[in-house]
Amino acid sequence: MSRVGVFVCHCGSNIAGTVDVEHVAEEAAKLPNVAYATTNKYMCSDPGQQAVREAIIEHNLDRIVIASCSPRMHEATFRKMLAGTDINPYMLEIANVREQCSWVHKDKDVGTPKAIDLVKMAVAKVNYDAPLTTTTIPVNKRALIIGGGIAGMQAALDIADAGYPVTIVEKESSLGGRMVMLDKTFPTMDCSACICTPKMTDVGAHPNITIKTLAEVESVGGYIGNFEVTVREKAKYVDYDTCTGCSLCETKCPSKVDSEFDQGLAKRRAIYRPFAQAVPAKPTIDAKNCRKLIDGKCGVCEKVCPVGSIKFDDEDKVTTEVYGAIIVAIGYQLIDWTKIYGEYGGGRFKDVISGLQFERLVNASGPTEGHILRPSDNTEPKTVVIVKCVGSRDPEKAKSYCSRACCMYAAKHAHQYLDKVKDARCYIFYMDIRTPGKGYDEFYMNTQHDGARYIRGRVSKIINQNGKLICKGEDTLLGSQVTVEADMVVLETAMVPADEANQIGSMLGITRDKDLWLSEAHPKLRPVETNSGGIYLAGTCQGPKDIPDSVAQASAAAMKVAILFSKDELESNAMIANSNKNLCNGCGACVAICPYGAITLEEITARENSVMVTREISKVNPGLCQGCGACTVACRPGAMDLRGFTDEQIMREVAALCQW
Amino acid sequence: MDTTNLSNVTNAELEAADRIGKEAGVRFDDCYQCGKCSAGCPMAHAMDYVPRQVIRLLQLGIVDEALNAKSPWICAHCMVCSARCPQGVDITATMLSVRREAKRRGLRPDKEADIFDDIFIGNVRSFGKSNEAILAAKYNLLSGHLMQDMLNAPKMAARGMIGPKIHSVKDKEAVKKLVDKALSKGGEQK
Repeated sequence: MSRVGVFVCHCGSNIAGTVDVEHVAEEAAKLPNVAYATTNKYMCSDPGQQAVREAIIEHNLDRIVIASCSPRMHEATFRKMLAGTDINPYMLEIANVREQCSWVHKDKDVGTPKAIDLVKMAVAKVNYDAPLTTTTIPVNKRALIIGGGIAGMQAALDIADAGYPVTIVEKESSLGGRMVMLDKTFPTMDCSACICTPKMTDVGAHPNITIKTLAEVESVGGYIGNFEVTVREKAKYVDYDTCTGCSLCETKCPSKVDSEFDQGLAKRRAIYRPFAQAVPAKPTIDAKNCRKLIDGKCGVCEKVCPVGSIKFDDEDKVTTEVYGAIIVAIGYQLIDWTKIYGEYGGGRFKDVISGLQFERLVNASGPTEGHILRPSDNTEPKTVVIVKCVGSRDPEKAKSYCSRACCMYAAKHAHQYLDKVKDARCYIFYMDIRTPGKGYDEFYMNTQHDGARYIRGRVSKIINQNGKLICKGEDTLLGSQVTVEADMVVLETAMVPADEANQIGSMLGITRDKDLWLSEAHPKLRPVETNSGGIYLAGTCQGPKDIPDSVAQASAAAMKVAILFSKDELESNAMIANSNKNLCNGCGACVAICPYGAITLEEITARENSVMVTREISKVNPGLCQGCGACTVACRPGAMDLRGFTDEQIMREVAALCQW
Repeated sequence: MDTTNLSNVTNAELEAADRIGKEAGVRFDDCYQCGKCSAGCPMAHAMDYVPRQVIRLLQLGIVDEALNAKSPWICAHCMVCSARCPQGVDITATMLSVRREAKRRGLRPDKEADIFDDIFIGNVRSFGKSNEAILAAKYNLLSGHLMQDMLNAPKMAARGMIGPKIHSVKDKEAVKKLVDKALSKGGEQK
């Protein structure tokens, strides 16, 4: 027989105002197995805790119920208190008579009986509490960062500066991501490359940072502090140890293809660096377009290379290493508007370009050396139309959300265009102007002063007529249809998750929202954590954002990793799932439902009904299990139980409410 | 309003809009079209374009439409719009500026308002203050609305607001000089 102590808290007048706490204690004393019941003005205070400790000794209690505020508030406090007594910290139940009782009711007639019911349930449950223990998990103080854009680089630098080794896995052949493609950054008009490439150099030179380019994560196992990660580095066909980056090979390569970096507005060779300031500053061979690798003819690069670095027989390199934490910074891409917006030409009109193409056009190291020339005939456009919300805020055709950065970069594009082209006209079709940010609205007003004419309304159609792009829209402020005969149209297209988002999300157990953005653990209070311990988010993979926000989030994620790495060991969660091997039939329903990949099937050989049987049963990895309880619901034979919330305990609570 | 081809807006029109703005001491690109001016305008119900739309036409360089709008002539110059504008756009001054430009081009979108204003100023210039009887008589004759407001005459006479005696201010000449000086400026400067 257990000896339960019930302690009812007044919480000043917070609980006592709507609940007759003395009466609750009197009723509690009558419940089976309750050896002692009392009240206290503030149970969580030092004197309150002392009173509990004394009562435990005086009444020889072996488990307690505290009727007070939400367990979210003080369960940890009371567990800590019990740690100093003979009672196991998990022999404790909290009856939430504040948030779920006194705060939601107005008078004692309703509050008191409900509080009594809640205490009854807690007493019924505490009778079946079992002592639980935690174990410690070692922490491998090495961080993995997936993605080498501005967010990934910032996080890497911060963690490396804190003294921990970092590996960046980047799928392209250079760090830099999207930011390095941009010409200038709003609202200060800093040259994007001038502030991004020094960071790339810092990352490349940092003794604590290892960069793996043309690489992707193939598999992730393990749990917080102990992730086992397999990375495939694709063949580069260039020996980076000997290559000096002289780029002679690039000038001689006869194979020319569209440059991804210049958004198809310029050509690159098959052996190439995406841009001059690439880090690592060494070329790779694009196997799909290399004549030597396709049909064995050519090999010019090998002939001209002064140090013999070309290796046509290079192979993918697969390595498996252990990391303590993972930051996902895989960024975004722009929506492919050509498939969706037939009314804007669907990509048939050369002079209807995307914002990112405009960035390359206006960039001094871009295909036109910074002269704004329209792609069709290399003439200077005298009238430019900018269309915002292409793919954003358009749930019928594309995405329902606002892409957040476009209002600002549309203003930037207009400003740059009007600055570079004299006697030009620029019309910006918009639905709303969204410029929250320091100096952002001022920037937009300045663009208006530059002469940009903002037209409130979406463009309904673009017609290509005699070299002019006729844009038809409505000026909803004027209440009239308008048309503009433009020479070039810039579409500010929606940000969408990177192609890999879904695959990486499912590999790491990160939930995705309806648009496949990776979800943070809490939208306000845990913005960089995911629901999987030890895995964090940085930058646009979590949702559309601009550079300052990406950098801030990256530093926040780095801080979370540094906090994790400041400990040598982690305490595991005691309240985790546990499978009863005698009941488990190995159906695997728990394996499929577990959001953290914590459950595996394991083969056992055991004597059953006098015969040796080999069969599969489920096994919970205590490092990965977060105690969500999904498996216990899915388990048909009832083998899976959550410690601290067993089926038995829940049923006893229900019985207490219904029967007594 | 029919479809407007913004590419047909000439540089001359854009410059004209700019001039109208300068005359009023206003930059039209300051306006972000929030509509607070029109929301508080006591005359908006009678206007063809609310004050915000007049500014909008000028922003886009659709000057002819602005100059042919009745609104600047309907405007009571109460200055509520200018007082409330978050961007400090002097809408009232803009309305006057548009009127002056229209007059320079011989446009009279609201004939009655123009006639009334001319008579009113002439009246003040002659007597140093407005003489209601002369104002009403002249207006009715020139506008062709001969019987307009005639039924008010007995009531006004009973209150002494109109009568045979012509009231003047003490120093009529000073007021006349004042009006002449204002008219000689022709609205070229603010």
